[in-house]
Amino acid sequence: MSKKVIKRLEKELGDKILETSDFRGDDTAIVGRKDWKAVAELLKNDADLAMDHFIDITAVDYPEREPDEPRFDVILHVRSMQKNHRVRIKTRVGENEDVASLASVWPGANWGEREIFDMFGIRFADHPDLRRILMYEEFQGYPLRKDYPITKAQPLVPYREVEGIEKLPPFGPDEGQPWGRIDWQARLEDEDYQVSPALGVQVGQRPMLSKGPETDTDAAAGEE
Amino acid sequence: MEPYYEELEDEGSLELPSEPMKLNMGPSHPAMHGTIRMVLDLDGETVMDVDIQPGYLHRGFEKSCERGTWSQVFPYADRLNYVSPMLNNVGFALAVEKLVGLEVPERCTYYRTVLGELARICDHLTCNGATAMELGAFTPFLWLVKVRDWIWDILEQETGARLTHSFGRIGGMAKPPTDQLEETVLAIFPEIDHAMMETEALLMKNRIFLDRTQGVGNLSPERAIAMGCTGPVLRSTGVDYDVRKANPYMFYDRFDFDIPVGHDGDNYDRFVCRFEELRQSMKIIRQALEQMPKSGPVNSPDIRYVYPEKEDVYNSIEGTIAHFKLVMEGLKPPPGEVYSFTEGGNGELGFFIVSDGSGTPYRVRCRPPCWYNLAACKEMLVGDMIADIIPTFGSINMIGGECDR
Repeated sequence: MSKKVIKRLEKELGDKILETSDFRGDDTAIVGRKDWKAVAELLKNDADLAMDHFIDITAVDYPEREPDEPRFDVILHVRSMQKNHRVRIKTRVGENEDVASLASVWPGANWGEREIFDMFGIRFADHPDLRRILMYEEFQGYPLRKDYPITKAQPLVPYREVEGIEKLPPFGPDEGQPWGRIDWQARLEDEDYQVSPALGVQVGQRPMLSKGPETDTDAAAGEE
Repeated sequence: MEPYYEELEDEGSLELPSEPMKLNMGPSHPAMHGTIRMVLDLDGETVMDVDIQPGYLHRGFEKSCERGTWSQVFPYADRLNYVSPMLNNVGFALAVEKLVGLEVPERCTYYRTVLGELARICDHLTCNGATAMELGAFTPFLWLVKVRDWIWDILEQETGARLTHSFGRIGGMAKPPTDQLEETVLAIFPEIDHAMMETEALLMKNRIFLDRTQGVGNLSPERAIAMGCTGPVLRSTGVDYDVRKANPYMFYDRFDFDIPVGHDGDNYDRFVCRFEELRQSMKIIRQALEQMPKSGPVNSPDIRYVYPEKEDVYNSIEGTIAHFKLVMEGLKPPPGEVYSFTEGGNGELGFFIVSDGSGTPYRVRCRPPCWYNLAACKEMLVGDMIADIIPTFGSINMIGGECDR
């Protein structure tokens, strides 16, 4: 990390730098949400800074800061290949606010921002491809937020309907996570519950779960 | 199969598909290293576009870290890059030591270097062996993995576990080095050299291997830098960025070693870079073993952060209380945030950790090198053929545990 970078930023941007710190030698500058992209472009294009190497972008959630201050910190680490200096830039983003995407400045930010969107639900304006990346799209909530309980269970995901694709997976639906899991309870309720027309074997077939004493006696009678 | 003749009114009504074909590769594919899904847009056999979908091995590493003590992160850190777990252990230990401002004894640093470089050798042996295997050369894979197994024997002798050691501690290591360390490590080096020599003899003049690696999966240095690539993937493009040289941590400034760089950024360069790095790692280990003090403490004596010796725990009230506090409440770093980065098996392994002053991490962010290397993989694949995906993806060395966390 380098002091020179912070000095240069302060000279160039003045009031736009809200706060600086150098805890344990990590030089950090906090900038406003609106200036986020302008600062990034300065870092990348300025000849003295030349921060061309994208390192990381991440976020931290501080829910107790609301409502006085925005809830999330978005944190960017970049370094310069030429000058070998590093800097950390932070901005604060609220629950329903969005922040400019840096994917057009450093293409590496593309996946980093997708992960932040996936994990924290922070939206990036003008992002080329803002989708969930680690979780599936039906996932409810944002797991790295502090108010997401670690023990929370997710609902079953029904079959996805993909346009133009009628084929079904060649194996049982409960094996293929991407297509959802089988809802055994629903099948127990309704005998004709059909998982999919293509899987004829499964139609009307009772699952290997005992429903109670009634089914047991039926099975015993059948054996006799 | 019988040929299929469609009754055509005239030649002009023959419709060839003009749209690109969609093909799913993965998430479970025999030639893929990890569980990862690629949705390809194909024109014939040429890849027009690819959507890489990681996340099948997501285990919530960062969330899990937020519920234990700082020391309880080590077993999770092991399982990030499970091919070189010691490097993750050391990387996380250095991050917390930076946060609390703790110095470890010299002997410990050398010991971490030796074990870490052994882990790096394992990583590169596995990656190169697997790349060769996926191109049909199964023998080099067996040679290299055999040597890797012998290195695991050394790691087992030192740590007690072959794969997931959980051996790092904040302010030291779990145990001091054994007496046989130097002897066993030096005895393995000729074997590694031999296996590498044989592998190179088999592959480096092999037409099939050369055709499938040279000029395939190219990446330009400018794009690699902007995409955040690090490690062998970046160095193969000709950029000499290695954290061990650029920002020397531990005692890497005391060792004499080189950074191998490639030329074209293709699969061949990545393969050769890894082998050359392996030789440099052996050079570092030789020097580290020479310079390592033969006796002395391994752990820092700072009782606030480091577990006291078992003898003190059972025999003194201070030791008992310190142990109790560390186990039950965890060590308490000052509030603040640091980013600490080391050279992992695949590149810059960074830990961004935030402390709120309590015994539990407020946030542990791991900057996985694979993640950004994999994002750049798209650029390498587009324009190549389907068959080129296998060597290109292999040479990225994407490790699911680290990429998906």
